[in-house]
Amino acid sequence: MFTLSPAEADALLLSLRVSLVATFVSLPLGLLTAWVLARRDFWGKSILDAIIHLPLVVPPVVVGYLLLVLLGRNGPVGGFLYDVFGITVAFTWQGAAVAAAVMAFPLMVRAIRLSIEAADQRLETAARTLGAGPLRVFATVTLPQILPGILVGVVLAFARALGEFGATITFVSNIPGETRTLPLAIFGLLQVPGTDEAVIRLVVISIAVAFAALIASEILSRRISRRLRGTA
Amino acid sequence: MIEVDIERRVPGFELSAKFSAPAGVTTLFGASGAGKTMIVNMIAGLARPDRGRITIAGRTLFDSEAGVNLPPEKRRLGYVFQEPRLFPHMSVAANLRYGMRLVAEAERTLEFDPVVGLLGLGPLLKRLPHRLSGGETQRVAIGRALLASPRLLLMDEPLASLDDQRRGEILPFIENVSRTFAVPVIYVTHALDEVTRLADTVVLVSAGRIEAVGPVGEIMARLDLRQLTERRDAGAVLDVTVESHDDADGLTALTFAGGRLTVPRLQVPPGTALRLRVQARDVALALEAPKAISTLNILRGTVMEVGDGQGPQTNVLVDVGAPLFARLTRRSVRELGLEPGRTVYALIKSVAVDWPAGGGETP
Repeated sequence: MFTLSPAEADALLLSLRVSLVATFVSLPLGLLTAWVLARRDFWGKSILDAIIHLPLVVPPVVVGYLLLVLLGRNGPVGGFLYDVFGITVAFTWQGAAVAAAVMAFPLMVRAIRLSIEAADQRLETAARTLGAGPLRVFATVTLPQILPGILVGVVLAFARALGEFGATITFVSNIPGETRTLPLAIFGLLQVPGTDEAVIRLVVISIAVAFAALIASEILSRRISRRLRGTA
Repeated sequence: MIEVDIERRVPGFELSAKFSAPAGVTTLFGASGAGKTMIVNMIAGLARPDRGRITIAGRTLFDSEAGVNLPPEKRRLGYVFQEPRLFPHMSVAANLRYGMRLVAEAERTLEFDPVVGLLGLGPLLKRLPHRLSGGETQRVAIGRALLASPRLLLMDEPLASLDDQRRGEILPFIENVSRTFAVPVIYVTHALDEVTRLADTVVLVSAGRIEAVGPVGEIMARLDLRQLTERRDAGAVLDVTVESHDDADGLTALTFAGGRLTVPRLQVPPGTALRLRVQARDVALALEAPKAISTLNILRGTVMEVGDGQGPQTNVLVDVGAPLFARLTRRSVRELGLEPGRTVYALIKSVAVDWPAGGGETP
């Protein structure tokens, strides 16, 4: 029987919490961004697109550093948050979630954007002529059509967040019980000689979680597309 | 009353449309690319005119001068598109109720059951759109648009994507819709038989302009409308009244402005007003009253106009008390010496009878 030690359980639960929060808190913004990129034309659109994709191409350490500069207690955004609301995210699990969300954001936006571009706008037009305003059209006609794309985006983002390492360790360090997620715990153990077995156990846990997430998403996506196409 | 006066310019195309039409069925008729769909889209609020005014039953939907431009969802128009555009993730019933739910109960003019009944949708309600045939799909689309209680129903070539058999199945439904529910309809088509069958008013559209507007009988009688003249499927529309029945021979006598016609027994009481369609290719002309001939319907008339197209056949317009077209070869026209003013006898081989005319209100 595979039982988790308290430290392992801590790391696993923290990883799940950070990844889930990162994914679902950024989802509305991701949806909005994807919609704007897919449907609107405006000056500076390619610049916005590039900024969103930046975390995909620059080293994660750079993203972590930028977050530290921006969101640290002395940074322009972090300082404001601290002075006005007394909030600080640097060196907290919320900070880890921010780092994970930023790193996962481009993947989420890409997947959702593609599905919005593929959605049939003629159906939306039909809904408008039937008396539905833009928001209702989005909720009742667009959203059901792009659900598979949203699911893909969520799974990709969740997986990316689960594996996030570089930006996290740079931004919020490696604090047991606070910011020490699975990858960080593995990295920490690797620094200490004679911890091979503990490393392997964490590796197995990581793989199991990723696997479970993928299978769950596959089942869900099949169910969604079946309902969508009505081939039930 | 529908009043449209709009202009719109897009690269390579200029549209200027001004017409008004009473309630009933108004067909926008013209070749593909004439701008019919653009007109309908501007009425629906899906495209914006550069300038002009659109008023439906006294309600202004668009007025560039007053700065009025209602969004499509506020216009309360039904729109049946060329492709049915049903929502694939909703059942037929949910599709039908989509627009209906958005109309306040007090403002609903059409109820679910009668519409479902008229369109024969009862057995389909639980199905999903991908399980429907083309004709069924288009019927659901019509029902969905109707149930939003529109003040005007726009139909953009709703039969264009169907084969001839399916078209034949749906046409009676469309006919019934305008008559039964008294919803004014703007119907876009480039099929002449749909015009003669459905229209009360015809708006002829050609290259972004309105060529002619008027009651269907009047427009169909104008040979100068070249779009119509050189078409094989030209035809005339006659408004007739049932006079009497001859049960022994199984025939019905009809009267119209130009005299009497005999057709196979119709199951309607005497006095009923009907619309007949007489296709040009079903009419032959003779210079003398033919004797010993099987044709029952022979009407005396005067040649009004002879078409001047280039093909081997042409249409001749004959006034028999009402305008009638005959499709003849150019050789026959020459050999008979047909020219305006000539007295001729029109032999009508067959007529098609439409449902009672004037059933829908046409104020």
